Amino acid sequence: MAGGIAAAAAAPLVAQQPSPEPSVWELPQTAPQQGEFVPVKGLPQQEQLPAASLVMGAYAFVWVVLLLYVWSLWRRLGALQRELSDLRKRTAARK
Amino acid sequence: MRRYLSPLLFVAMAMFAVAPVLIERAPYEASMGLVQKIFYFHVPSAMVMFVSAFVCGIASVLFLFKNRPSSDHVAAAAGELTAVFGLIVLVTGPMWARRAWGVWWEWDARLTSSLLVELIFVAYLLVRKYGGPASEKLAAAIALFGMANVPFVYVSVNLWRTLHPRTTVAMTLPAGMKEPFWFSVAAFGLLYIALLTIRSWLGRERAELERAYLELEEE
Amino acid sequence: MFFKIAWLLMRKDLTVEVRSREILYTTAFFAVSCVLVFSFALVKEGRPLQDGAAGILWIAIAFAGTLALGRTFERERHAETLRALLLAPAGRPAIYVGKLLGILALLFSVELVLVPLVGLLFQAAFQREVGWMIALLVAGTVGFAAVGTLFAAMLVRARSRDVMLPVLLYPITIPVIIAGVRGTAALLQAAPDVETARMWVALLVFFDAVFVTLSLWTFESLMTD
Repeated sequence: MAGGIAAAAAAPLVAQQPSPEPSVWELPQTAPQQGEFVPVKGLPQQEQLPAASLVMGAYAFVWVVLLLYVWSLWRRLGALQRELSDLRKRTAARK
Repeated sequence: MRRYLSPLLFVAMAMFAVAPVLIERAPYEASMGLVQKIFYFHVPSAMVMFVSAFVCGIASVLFLFKNRPSSDHVAAAAGELTAVFGLIVLVTGPMWARRAWGVWWEWDARLTSSLLVELIFVAYLLVRKYGGPASEKLAAAIALFGMANVPFVYVSVNLWRTLHPRTTVAMTLPAGMKEPFWFSVAAFGLLYIALLTIRSWLGRERAELERAYLELEEE
Repeated sequence: MFFKIAWLLMRKDLTVEVRSREILYTTAFFAVSCVLVFSFALVKEGRPLQDGAAGILWIAIAFAGTLALGRTFERERHAETLRALLLAPAGRPAIYVGKLLGILALLFSVELVLVPLVGLLFQAAFQREVGWMIALLVAGTVGFAAVGTLFAAMLVRARSRDVMLPVLLYPITIPVIIAGVRGTAALLQAAPDVETARMWVALLVFFDAVFVTLSLWTFESLMTD
């Protein structure tokens, strides 16, 4: 019900905008949007080195974060299991 | 589930090792060139992040209304993973954007929603850690409200402008790019399932430990 | 029965507040100080920034609201009345609505002072489209208070509750701030853009409906321990 009101209220607003896409929720873009990726062979001249450091950096970051997390899990699990076996030994010794 | 864990983890790691080869062989994109290749791990991370956010939200609802401790463990695990993969998305994204759009950050719908989800889940983790007694329930409410909030954020920010490549990109990928992309998605997906399982197990073991301590005190 | 309880609770809160007016005065003064800080920070050469008034108004409401929520529930905690309320044979949702109404009364009183002040300092003509301005303020404040009341009630027993409330509340209420600011800015334009404001009000009403419902739904299970 409220969603219907929202759509109805938005409709007159959008009707005034010369929007290429017939979507209620979009206003004219500030920069051209990409609809799909276009493949190409080879690499345009100016793109070579600076982008490479960004790609390498991003990739390295992904690895580092994932490895750190897995390591953190490993450590926590290890500590927990040691504590658990300690405790079990103590309870067994008591009985 | 436990039996499949080691092979699952192994397969995920193997896929991760193979992925760069596939990504390297994929054709370059016309307007963005090399830097577009960040897409192969940025987008799968984003997919995993949002799936994880929903897993956490649903588990939180189950915990709030059915009081099952297993739901709470899954929620805690999913919460951590959302924050981790969210961090990956929010760092690799700007690295791509700097080259492709010329700016590190833009306040469009997609980025803002992602940042918000990350903030909500960091808040979730803070509450679990520093909230004191009964913080699990409060954190569950955060996850639930956060999830309900995402469409509102998306819509309200979208009513300004949007710069992001559209969601249709993933579905209309040309031949050379489709394979490495979906391979990466599978790799991230498997890794997520493996990590979720391990982290949930950690939660259960901790609960087990606390129970053992209580038993000890009762004697 | 439900509304009777909620009404009684609100009257109780208001009676306590009217006697000392402590929270009202301190919150209102805090909001005014906020606005003054912004007016020194954001005004250049005597000219207000575009959209400055809209943003500053809603920031002040958000900050003041957080403070009011914290103080109200601190008072409850101090007197241990919250536990008493929960033990009473009143439906939990009614308690939530009662507290929500009390907070709303407080916030609306603060806004009565705040809006004219911001209009004065930033030469913003809020009174031009009074009806829509009020609609925005009501819908936005209800959204903010709905989520805030729930979180503040939850945090009563938590550690570091003072910092936790903003940490939890602000991300969730971002759509309220966006809608409030954009709607207000639309109304403050040279030719007030009523249609845009109407759209934002509609969004806010929808937000309110969803989050009040969610809060009522979860209040019960969150308060049991």
